[in-house]
Amino acid sequence: MRKVWDIHGGVHPPENKQQSMQQALASLPLAPELVLPLNQHIGKPAIAIVAEGDTVLKGQLIAKADGPISANIHAPTSGTVSGIEDRTLPHPSGGSGPCIVISSDGKDTWAELDACENYQTLDHNTLLEKIRSAGIAGMGGAGFPAAIKLNPRGNLKIDTLILNGTECEPYITADDTLMQTRAQEVVAGAQILAQLLGNPKSILIGIEDNKPEAIRSISKALSEVENNPIEVVSFPTKYPSGGEKQLIQILTGREVPAGKLPADVGVVCQNVGSTVAAYRAVRFGEPLISRITTVVGEALEIQRNIEVPIGTPIGYILEQHGFTAANVSRLIMGGPMMGFALNTADVPVIKTTNCILAPSRAEMPAPPPAQACIRCGMCAEACPASLLPQQLFWYSMAEDLDKLEAHNIADCIECGACSYVCPSNIPLVQFYRASKGAMKQHAIDKEKSDRSRARFEFRQQRIEKAEVEKEAKRAARKVAAEAAKAKLAAKQASEGDSPKTDDTADVVAAAIAKAKTQDISPEVQLAKLERALSSASSRLDRTLARAEEAEGEKKDAILARVKDAELKVSDAKNKLAEFQARENG
Amino acid sequence: MAFMQMTSPHAHRPGNTGHVMKLVILATLPGLITLSYFFGPGTLINVFTAGIMAMACEALVLKLRQRPVMFYINDYSALVTGVLLGLALPPYTPWWVIAVGCVSAIVLAKQLYGGMGYNPFNPAMVGYVILLISFPVEMTQWAMPRTLLAEGQALTGPIDGLAKMWFATPLDAYTGATPLDVFKQNNSQLVQHLYDTQAVFSTGRWAGAGWEWANIGFLMGGCFLLYKKVFTWHAPVSMLISLSLMAAMFNDGGSSNSGGSPLFHLLSGATMLGAFFIVTDPVSSATSNKGRMIYGAAIGILIYLIRTWGNYPDAVAFAVLLLNFAAPFIDYYTLPRTYGHNKARRGTEKEAE
Ligand code: SF4
Ligand code: SF4
Repeated sequence: MRKVWDIHGGVHPPENKQQSMQQALASLPLAPELVLPLNQHIGKPAIAIVAEGDTVLKGQLIAKADGPISANIHAPTSGTVSGIEDRTLPHPSGGSGPCIVISSDGKDTWAELDACENYQTLDHNTLLEKIRSAGIAGMGGAGFPAAIKLNPRGNLKIDTLILNGTECEPYITADDTLMQTRAQEVVAGAQILAQLLGNPKSILIGIEDNKPEAIRSISKALSEVENNPIEVVSFPTKYPSGGEKQLIQILTGREVPAGKLPADVGVVCQNVGSTVAAYRAVRFGEPLISRITTVVGEALEIQRNIEVPIGTPIGYILEQHGFTAANVSRLIMGGPMMGFALNTADVPVIKTTNCILAPSRAEMPAPPPAQACIRCGMCAEACPASLLPQQLFWYSMAEDLDKLEAHNIADCIECGACSYVCPSNIPLVQFYRASKGAMKQHAIDKEKSDRSRARFEFRQQRIEKAEVEKEAKRAARKVAAEAAKAKLAAKQASEGDSPKTDDTADVVAAAIAKAKTQDISPEVQLAKLERALSSASSRLDRTLARAEEAEGEKKDAILARVKDAELKVSDAKNKLAEFQARENG
Repeated sequence: MAFMQMTSPHAHRPGNTGHVMKLVILATLPGLITLSYFFGPGTLINVFTAGIMAMACEALVLKLRQRPVMFYINDYSALVTGVLLGLALPPYTPWWVIAVGCVSAIVLAKQLYGGMGYNPFNPAMVGYVILLISFPVEMTQWAMPRTLLAEGQALTGPIDGLAKMWFATPLDAYTGATPLDVFKQNNSQLVQHLYDTQAVFSTGRWAGAGWEWANIGFLMGGCFLLYKKVFTWHAPVSMLISLSLMAAMFNDGGSSNSGGSPLFHLLSGATMLGAFFIVTDPVSSATSNKGRMIYGAAIGILIYLIRTWGNYPDAVAFAVLLLNFAAPFIDYYTLPRTYGHNKARRGTEKEAE
């Protein structure tokens, strides 16, 4: 047995894994319409390369990765593109975003795939390109494009490859099913990834000890491999062992330094699902167009794992599983610890959807109201990052961003272990998310204000410099003038006294004259004021019209201008009224 | 259809704060029972009276503060404060003394600071200290343990006890000096001699009749709470260790200057009650495990110092309050090392990038 390390904290929520393991892996009849968000991964959204009305084949590229941190998207079935439009996304925000919608033709015709039997002979770049173009993005839930992790910076030596089969979240059994049914593919995938990383010293498949079947299947598949370098490591079940940083700590005893990547400590970690997808991409040229998802919860009649095309609407899946909406307490994508609640079933399965959880009200009642924090420290005992959640909570409430930073809020992985144990039922993670958001905003604002300060200082300097130059010129002129005066005096002295002209008096008279001409008639003044008013109000109308059209951030800017225009109008009105009062009174 | 919106986690461990508090109350039972066995039902009556008064104070203030009364009463924190105060008071404490204690504990020390979770000081100990200073006579008498009763004398019964509590009728079997008092007043006899001649010791085993068992009772309750993971071992264990070390250091081989053996200190006065029910009060203690070890150890040292060289025979309340003061300071220097960081930070420090 290989030595495993323990992580700090952790919790043991009821596993609830047997419900979905009673039935074999199934698949559904194809949904009539598939919805593929352009952003299913971390990074930039892909760029659609099909247009409405195009026919597509299963596996055909329909959206191209935009830059390295992005992922390709392929058609999960054959059919026509019925639209490229904004749909509700499966995202905690509940917002919508661009999606490619495909109406299936029911034939499920494959595009031509680029299979490769002797992939062992492929060079690094070809292999990596195959994985990259298959659009594989972290299928454990995070959605980080796999190809990037598999290509660490040149100077980093990778000595450990970890395949994450932990699946520590309650209810979810997608990876368990995958390992049981496709053990050979997991192993073959592991070999490919190892090849890519220059055959690291240890290749570990980490599985929690609550999945004996999976461990057995994988071990069996490994025993069939000659000179097998891969090792299955099982370790005690505890949430959140499956977090990347936690798993690395459990299997290697190393900690990923804050702000660094696993590759910085010589480790690359991939989910087993992504590993199988990589294998299929390399061996058969199959892009990532379907995945195993756990469909579970007491609001369903059938609870099981299904292999489902990406883009299948969740509502459609629920329908096929005897879903009673009246029973459900909430609809969750992902597990009960880190999954997010969907506000509608009208969203598709995406690459990261490992579970659809529809618990009944009895199963997951609405949370009781939060009580005061009694500082019992149970949260700190549970935190896998060794943070002090109660202090983070305190400072979050006080919006003390400096203290939050000092208490390392950035290292919170939002695992929810603290909220899970909190006897006062405080939704701690919610506070941390809000604070992290505020800190991000603060950083952006700070950068902005730094930049404008820099601009201001630069301008100030420029003005000062100009001032100094002007001063110098003036001084020079003065010297010259004095010299000239001296010359003149000398000349006059030589010519004798001339009569003195009273120029001061002249200047005053001129000023008075000028003021007189400026004293315009009342009619003219009135006309002027009226003109000002009408131009101000027409300007207001214009901006109002523009404001109506504009959206988002722009709208705010324009609204600010409207306010401005309104002020000008009222100003002009006031002046006019004042003038009229004066004239009449 | 729109589904309920809420953020993760969606699962929650069963139980709530009220549940924790009920466990704490349950855990005081062995101590309470032994105290009542040895000293009569006085402590039991104290506990009831103080518990009810504390809840009443809490309800009243919550009402005045226009908070939902039942929601907060149901966290049982006021009841815990009342129970702990009742346990610390001498048996059959007059009702007005208890009332002042409860008002001080709940109104002054807790609600005026913002209520549950916001009090910097342990409410029960604030109440206790205020009483100790305001009613020194009532607070420094104690009932006689049953082992010390003269032939034919009975333990005070509930009726007499209530009479004392409500009408200040003097009691027979009262004003027994506690073992700590005996040690405090001794400056000429060898410890062995004390143990032989003083009834409170000679009828007991290690640390004075009755007291040793009461302490063992609280120790048992504490172990139960530890097992239930209501708190961690850090603060109580380090307090007991530091107290024992101090006692061992100044035991002096049992001479007339001796402060008493470690066992004596562990099993007398409010040591175990303090260690497992007061020092572990999370609200007013230090936050991290390391911090709690320092916090507990300092309390242990202070208890010994005050017991041996201070003016009061017992010192748990003072030591705890002093360390309540220091808790934020301890917190500042004892942040745990976060995953992925080389060393722990200070409370406000920014990390060099
Ligand atoms: S678990 Fe909850 S009540 Fe206890 S310290 Fe943490 S936040 Fe406070
Ligand atoms: S959510 Fe953050 S603070 Fe809470 S236990 Fe997880 S890592 Fe720790």
